[in-house]
Amino acid sequence: MAFVQNFPFMSIILSLFAGPLSSVLGGKKAKWLNLAVISIIGAMSVAVLVFVAVTDEAFVYTMGHFPAPWGNEIRVGILEAFMAVFFCLIMLLCMLGGVFEREEEIEDTKQNLYYVMVNMLLCSLLALIYTNDLFTAYVFVEINTISACGLIMIKQNGRTLEAATRYMIMSLMGSGLLLLGICFLYGLTGHLLMSNIKEQVALLHAGGEYTVPLLISLGLMSTGLAIKSALFPFHSWLPDAYGYSTLSSAAILSSLVSKGYIFLLVKIFFRVFGFGIVRDSKVVNVLFVFGIAGMIMGSISAIWENNIRRMIAYSSVAQIGYIYMGFGLGTTAGVIASIYHIVCHAATKSLLFVAASGLTDVSGDSTKFLDLTGAGYRNKLAGVAFTVGSLSMVGIPMFSGFISKLLFAQAGMESRNKMLLTLIALAISTILNAVYFMKTVIRIYTPVPAEITREKGYITMKARERLPKSAALICFIILNLVLGLSSEPIITLFRRGLAMFA
Amino acid sequence: MSRRLPKEQYEHTLSYRVKEWLKGTKDPFLGNVEMKPQKEFQEDRKTIVRRDREKKRLFEQIYDIKHNPEIRIFRRAYNIFSVLFCLFLVTMLLLAVSDLPKFGNASNPVNNEVAARYIENGLQETGAVNIVTGMILDYRAFDTLGESHVLFVATCTVLILLRLDGDKKGRSGVGYVMENDRIYEPKNDMILQTVARIVVPPIFIFGIYIILCGHLGPGGGFSGGAVIGAGLILYLNAFGFAKTERFFTQKTYRRTSFCALACYALCKSYSFYTGANHLESGIPLGTPGAILSSGLILILNICVGIVVAGTMYTFYVMFRKGDY
Repeated sequence: MAFVQNFPFMSIILSLFAGPLSSVLGGKKAKWLNLAVISIIGAMSVAVLVFVAVTDEAFVYTMGHFPAPWGNEIRVGILEAFMAVFFCLIMLLCMLGGVFEREEEIEDTKQNLYYVMVNMLLCSLLALIYTNDLFTAYVFVEINTISACGLIMIKQNGRTLEAATRYMIMSLMGSGLLLLGICFLYGLTGHLLMSNIKEQVALLHAGGEYTVPLLISLGLMSTGLAIKSALFPFHSWLPDAYGYSTLSSAAILSSLVSKGYIFLLVKIFFRVFGFGIVRDSKVVNVLFVFGIAGMIMGSISAIWENNIRRMIAYSSVAQIGYIYMGFGLGTTAGVIASIYHIVCHAATKSLLFVAASGLTDVSGDSTKFLDLTGAGYRNKLAGVAFTVGSLSMVGIPMFSGFISKLLFAQAGMESRNKMLLTLIALAISTILNAVYFMKTVIRIYTPVPAEITREKGYITMKARERLPKSAALICFIILNLVLGLSSEPIITLFRRGLAMFA
Repeated sequence: MSRRLPKEQYEHTLSYRVKEWLKGTKDPFLGNVEMKPQKEFQEDRKTIVRRDREKKRLFEQIYDIKHNPEIRIFRRAYNIFSVLFCLFLVTMLLLAVSDLPKFGNASNPVNNEVAARYIENGLQETGAVNIVTGMILDYRAFDTLGESHVLFVATCTVLILLRLDGDKKGRSGVGYVMENDRIYEPKNDMILQTVARIVVPPIFIFGIYIILCGHLGPGGGFSGGAVIGAGLILYLNAFGFAKTERFFTQKTYRRTSFCALACYALCKSYSFYTGANHLESGIPLGTPGAILSSGLILILNICVGIVVAGTMYTFYVMFRKGDY
């Protein structure tokens, strides 16, 4: 066994260990520890990715002396390793981008608790990515939920507390449904290990036994994870949670937390049930309908919004809708498009949150649209970054969003009865996206007279000030361009990774 | 019956006092126990008015009920849809349950090779007489590792929410809460203190027993830790913070739970690492049934117990006072 194969286990344990360690350290030390942990795990994940891509074979790592199904195990393929690398990168940039806001908005004595939450969140995300066992997934879903809640409410004011309560209730509902689904599945198959469940489910499906409970358990799990990742009718926790929490929390929540659940859902589809059975069960059609509804309704709510952070949050609802629409197509091409959109949305949404905070910094900390007029001139880098993010979300070529829209459209063309709906929804949603994003871009590049600037106390900020945020913005822009310009190798990687899933 | 003792001396004996107490002429607690009734919770007019105003403001300005058709429609539809949804969920779940394999049937899918190995080889492979402990702390130790960190994260979240830091003035400040910690409870309740003095040491010993013998019989870190935590809470209620803070403060909690979790993580990463790389772990399993047996399970149980006890106590303190 190569030493590299230990890295996934080590990265989970390292972040798990860093959580309690941060609670005994001071705020400053905990910050550096957190940055170090994320970077080390990112580097280790790169090594794992290279290893898996070269050997072209997924490997299983036994957690302990007992082989699965008796013990626990984790499983690493290309897709898992790529997600680990990518999540670490995004998390690192989000943490960098929000350094100033964290120091301002969080009480000094609670700084270290924030890093406890971030470390535990990273640990749970890694475990969700790597796990090959449904119950392990559930345990780490719990950690994920609780730490996300802590991230929302650490900036303590009325809005965040309400948002955290709402998030907690909705999210626990989702966890409960997921647990029920797992219980049903365990009762029917007698296994918790994904590969064994898949064998048993295939047997049951072939024999035509237990069709109703199987369908219901699939439905419960999909609904649970859809609630947790804010699919359209369950999105009501999202705008407040993203709109009022501290910057790095909002960025991490929108780009990583919901994506972790979606990735778990992909694993459940492919590794627990088998995608053929999922497609036959028509659950995907339900996801398709709600995905399309989310694409449209999320954008419409975003157009009505008068607060830039909440607008970006509502845009997340629309983008989550895209991802579920891709699943709903029921083809591998659709799922690959969705996975690409997971990556693209994670890179772009965190960019938008950080850039928007750069714009509000120079507008008297107001998030109202009126006050943002001309902000693109006062903070040039943030203006450029916001424009890049907006263009990417709208789907202009060169940026990452274009590729995922292209993939969705291609996948839609292949599916016979959903082609028209997919294309129409994509077109409408693109126009709606353009309406609210271009409206914002035009507003931040509308010059304001000098006397208003003076009167309202607007300031001008250079990229040199707040260096970490500028660095994060530049990295995000580069990441977006990379995803948009050289998408082919990444898509090939996804295709190979998805093939390894089966 | 003639009395051997003179009356004054007799009045000091135990039998006289018991007799008096039985007759009900004298209550030994009267005058000794603080019998001030608990203060009822009362709000002054100002806070009521302020709360009403804030509520009104919430509805008028933040939700803007009058001009917000979305919320108006939502409020109307909410009740109907919640009932419909519950009915739908109930029917669906009942339908699914009625189709599940019959409970207790020997040919059920859950009675497969996994359960068989746990039951048949559990003792030899883990050294734990209690198979459940062997399962959660050895076979599926990764899940339990996550589970104990769930408790830790939950405590940290409660600390974020409820811990009072800094020098806020007024009703939410640390000083106010410290001074008024016991407004609504009698001080130094003699009955409670006497009972606590008798009961708390056995509770602790029982909790420690449950933890230490978790691999031999029913019990383990989670249940034993909960018992110890309950003992701590009882002790705190009887004797107040001044006494408990001599040995258990927030710093103690953070350090002990860090040490316990770190120890857990280190032990388990050692066994994960050796297990996955097919190395000998070199940890003896001992003779089943002895206290010092079953490899790492005893240490893990102690770690889990420490975390659980600290978590219970910290939850209680956070909800009561917000700092300790």
